[in-house]
Amino acid sequence: MIASPARRAAFPPNWRVRIGLIALALYVVYACGVLDVTWARFVTGFSQGARFIGRMIPPSLAPDKLELLYDGMSESLQIAIIATVAGVLASLPLGLAAARNLSPLPVAWTARTAIALFRTFHPVLVAILFVKAVGFGALAGVLALIVASLGFLSKLVAEAVEDMSMSQVEAVRATGAPFLSLVIMGVLPQVMSRCIGFSAYQLDSNLRNSALVGLVGGGGIGATMFTAFQRFEYDFVLTIALAVVAVVMAGEIVSGWMRRLFQ
Amino acid sequence: MQASAPPNPAPSTVDRSLVIRSLCKEYRAGAPVLKGVSLAVAGRGVTAIIGPSGTGKSTLVRCINRLVDPTAGEILFRGQDLARLTGRNLRAARRRIGMIFQEYNLVERLSVIENVLCGRLGYVAVWRAWLRKFPEEDIERAFRLLDAVGLGELATQRADRLSGGQRQRVGIARALMQEPDLVLADEPTSSLDPKTSVEIMELITGRAGERDIPVIVNMHNVELARRFADRIVGMRKGEIVFDGSPQALTQAHLLQIYGGEGWLE
Repeated sequence: MIASPARRAAFPPNWRVRIGLIALALYVVYACGVLDVTWARFVTGFSQGARFIGRMIPPSLAPDKLELLYDGMSESLQIAIIATVAGVLASLPLGLAAARNLSPLPVAWTARTAIALFRTFHPVLVAILFVKAVGFGALAGVLALIVASLGFLSKLVAEAVEDMSMSQVEAVRATGAPFLSLVIMGVLPQVMSRCIGFSAYQLDSNLRNSALVGLVGGGGIGATMFTAFQRFEYDFVLTIALAVVAVVMAGEIVSGWMRRLFQ
Repeated sequence: MQASAPPNPAPSTVDRSLVIRSLCKEYRAGAPVLKGVSLAVAGRGVTAIIGPSGTGKSTLVRCINRLVDPTAGEILFRGQDLARLTGRNLRAARRRIGMIFQEYNLVERLSVIENVLCGRLGYVAVWRAWLRKFPEEDIERAFRLLDAVGLGELATQRADRLSGGQRQRVGIARALMQEPDLVLADEPTSSLDPKTSVEIMELITGRAGERDIPVIVNMHNVELARRFADRIVGMRKGEIVFDGSPQALTQAHLLQIYGGEGWLE
């Protein structure tokens, strides 16, 4: 059957998309009503926010505060670095186990399930869990960030391994190499530079998250900030926030160098 | 180093012949690539396998060192059925079989000498590979092999800096580094220019010949096969349709192997 040229639509209406969009718009309006997200509420909140910012300026530079800042920040750095190192070391074997081109299927799926589990919850939720389990302090923060690093890095390692050239691995396998030697000489050379890039990125993101986990009791600068909030020392809060920004930016520069160094 | 023992055991001590009996391979059930191939290869000399693309030459060679698992059949070598081996025994058998690949398959980010030393991985402990603490005599021999293939100067270069011909020379050195009792070559010259192809074939057959190692080589180039092989096996659609000396290979045989006619003009 041939439709007459005049009746052919160049852009036929897609009713499913239209109905979907209308439903979405209706739901947004409904949700705003339920949650009391209104303009009036926004206006009162806004003036409150202005007063808050006013109390933050100028940032506190009192010597005793700076000492607190230094202690909290160095603890955060330690948390981030320990978590990154431990995460990198543990993610290599887990990532290799999860690579479907290297591991037997049951092993790969078990490892993938574990990785998915590590990635399910945000580091802050995991930190709350560890604070309950091992108590307040840096240890809880370190453990939470190790879990986060493990989830992220293992997944990327597994993907790097799945992307590598199998013909190079095949040649090493053909020499009769045992599995670990195959990994050392055939797999690691291919994925190492990418893994170093991921680790640098993870260090960067652990630095940021180490401030977060402190807010829920995981130690470090986040704990300092939380205390400052509770004492209404908003000027000190600003000092801390600026220091965190500086450290995170410095971390980004360092991780950029690391990635370039190992191309 | 003159006084040390020769790198290879005396050729007469091991039987290097290979016997393949009714070898079958199906990648998908019902679509066999190899249809009951039987082939006996003597413990010396060069056997070339020719045939059209997709005819199972590569599968045949890869079944021998079990990069491909055969569906049925036997591969007898050094008193074992290679088709049945698993785990440690398979690795032990593989280290006596050197393989040279069409795309060279060097580990690109390793140096030339590390690639050659990969040929020892079946023999050395894992920690030695990890720390690059290969036995002194292995390193010595790797350097000698690199000299023998003309790349002594490039030992510490990264493999991805080499040209195709140079890479294949490293591939040859890696295979010989295994002290193999058999060398398999899967289209070793198909990615190379004609002059380099001849040099590479001379190198493979020469170096294997002086060590009395049998070579099985897949080839596309019939002229090269005629020039370097002692025996030619012609395959078509998963079966052997010709088996004889290069002199015995006639136009009629080529017609039978490759089909068609125009290309023979």
